[in-house]
Amino acid sequence: MLKTIGNWLDARVGFRETFWPMLRHPVPRSLEGPMGWWYVFGSASMTLLLIQIVTGIGLALVYVPAADQAYESLLFLDYRQPLGWFLRALHYYAGSGMVVMLLIHMTQVFLHGAYKYPRELTWTVGVVLLLCTLGMFFTGQILRWDPDAYWGLAVAGSMAGRVPIIGPEIVHGLLGGDVIGGDSLSRFFALHVFVIPAALFAFLALHLWLVLKCGISAPPVPGIIVDPKTYDAEYEKELKTGVPFFGDALLKDILFSSLTVIAVVALAAILGPKGPSGPPDPTLGGVNPRPEWPFLWLFGLLSLSPPSAETFIILAFPVLVIAALFLVPVVSNRGERAPSRRPIAVLIVIVTYTALGALTYEGITSPWSPKMTAWSGDPIPERIVLQSTPRRLLGAVVFQNKNCRNCHALDGLGGTRGPDLSTIGTRLTRDQLIDQVSNGTPGGGNMPAYGGRINPAEMALLVDFMVGLRSPNQPPAEAYGLSPTVETKEAAKKP
Amino acid sequence: MTDYKMVQLTSALPPVPPCIASIPPSAPRRSFLRWITGLCGTVASAVLGLPLVGYFLARRKREVAWVSLGSIEDFPVNETRMIMFDSPLRQPWDGMTAHTGVYVRYEGRDEQSVDRFLVLAVNCAHLGCPVSWFPQSGLFMCPCHGGVYHANGERASGPPPRGMFHCVWRIQDGRLQVQAPHYPTLQDTLDGTV
Repeated sequence: MLKTIGNWLDARVGFRETFWPMLRHPVPRSLEGPMGWWYVFGSASMTLLLIQIVTGIGLALVYVPAADQAYESLLFLDYRQPLGWFLRALHYYAGSGMVVMLLIHMTQVFLHGAYKYPRELTWTVGVVLLLCTLGMFFTGQILRWDPDAYWGLAVAGSMAGRVPIIGPEIVHGLLGGDVIGGDSLSRFFALHVFVIPAALFAFLALHLWLVLKCGISAPPVPGIIVDPKTYDAEYEKELKTGVPFFGDALLKDILFSSLTVIAVVALAAILGPKGPSGPPDPTLGGVNPRPEWPFLWLFGLLSLSPPSAETFIILAFPVLVIAALFLVPVVSNRGERAPSRRPIAVLIVIVTYTALGALTYEGITSPWSPKMTAWSGDPIPERIVLQSTPRRLLGAVVFQNKNCRNCHALDGLGGTRGPDLSTIGTRLTRDQLIDQVSNGTPGGGNMPAYGGRINPAEMALLVDFMVGLRSPNQPPAEAYGLSPTVETKEAAKKP
Repeated sequence: MTDYKMVQLTSALPPVPPCIASIPPSAPRRSFLRWITGLCGTVASAVLGLPLVGYFLARRKREVAWVSLGSIEDFPVNETRMIMFDSPLRQPWDGMTAHTGVYVRYEGRDEQSVDRFLVLAVNCAHLGCPVSWFPQSGLFMCPCHGGVYHANGERASGPPPRGMFHCVWRIQDGRLQVQAPHYPTLQDTLDGTV
């Protein structure tokens, strides 16, 4: 009976003629060996994409993409909707996992030279898929509609506003109006739910078609080089002894994808949903907006760059990075594939990941951000004020009150934008301290000039406090060119 | 390169029937029909496409809306305060997202005994984060990248390329009014000065 129905359907759909051979297309035999484990990351990211589709549809059943109700609907999902918290968590961690898998997949393809002839276009379309996924990440963060989303939009708007001439038009297009509000949320909802997924699916279909059409590359062997003149014939010969994709070759993909799903589900169940961090009220204080983790490296790079290079890094740098990724197969589409014969490729990977890792670390710690509550919240370490003179104690109060702690730490407590001042007494003399506090960093650097904001009495107290910031056994700073007098030398020798 | 799948796919298709293949393409009626089809297709694309492009690229006219921030007597001389209001540029469904604040400082009267105010947007001129006012040190500080401004809104230190954005204000019937600020950026400031 089932067979009859199957035959009836197949006579019309033609599954056996078309899809079955596609599924059974031969892949190189060596994929059945341990090298096959390198090929599991693409299918794992696709598995995570399926989770994103299902959880995304589920969230859309409850979420309200309106500025006045989005936050409440997220709280409803987190606390009231059965398993709503789990779906939100899963959507976040599967999305994060997708970015991780895409990066590993790309790195593997790059290291193994799998982007070379005839798979240049497969790589290029893959880069588009990475961009779509990052676009989903950014637009998804906006839908969380908390202060991070609001100020994330503000930062994106300010960046777009730097585009020459048409900057204001782009800002208006990005925000959907003159202010950040319901129009902005609606447009990011449309991007996240309709526009980018449509592009993602279309390019994914193209990517899979190209994988099928150009075949899966065999694991690289040192000495066997890619030559477009002979490659096709050699690959065809290799497939003669190949194994069907839909068969044992698929087992590794299924096993790895299953493990990935288990890991993502465990992360979601243990860590729970991400945010919303607070109501989307822009007048609430204490905001400290941070981009999502895939963009932290850019945040770090931007913050560490000199202001003169900033507009270039905002506008041109991403374009250059994307162009470089697109151009990878144009630069080299032939020759050796094995990483052991391609030291430059290996070096590029090491340098890129080291840079991304270091910049991400900087982005997490963000030492360039003042700690806005340090002046009122962080105590002066006891050892500093213990047995202080009254003048030094008053100086410590001035130090707190003038918000110095927001940028300067004492014994590691406080802001890290400026240097830790625990031992400033060994580096700057009284006169140098007065100069530094009054005039700030020369040329308008990081330290504001306090000259007009501090009266002479306060300054005297403050400097009294600061010259004493050193351990008892450390010598005080001396003015350049002046050697200590005989008396002070002798005084230092006395017990 | 193996194209066996394609071979299978294309060989499954029947050949072009001879009745279609035999019609000469130059027949006048057929060429007229082709021409009219092309014309209809162009017109259809245009009447569909132009309004769609218009919708997507359209930009609503920027409203000028004045918000009253309070009577002049409410502002002590040389004291900076944040005044909050609901932006009239909001959509009805903006909820608390429409809450807006501006920093107001009454600078007293000038020689012509005209009241002088300083009304500054909260957005940092660097990348738009909200700056906080610290009366103890008389400085605005930005939590994002450490931009610092003086009490008069001028840049003091850090990465901002300019001072804070000045809002347009006026005095009407003894009350301070401010033009509802749009989101300010370097090329699209609030008072028209770059």
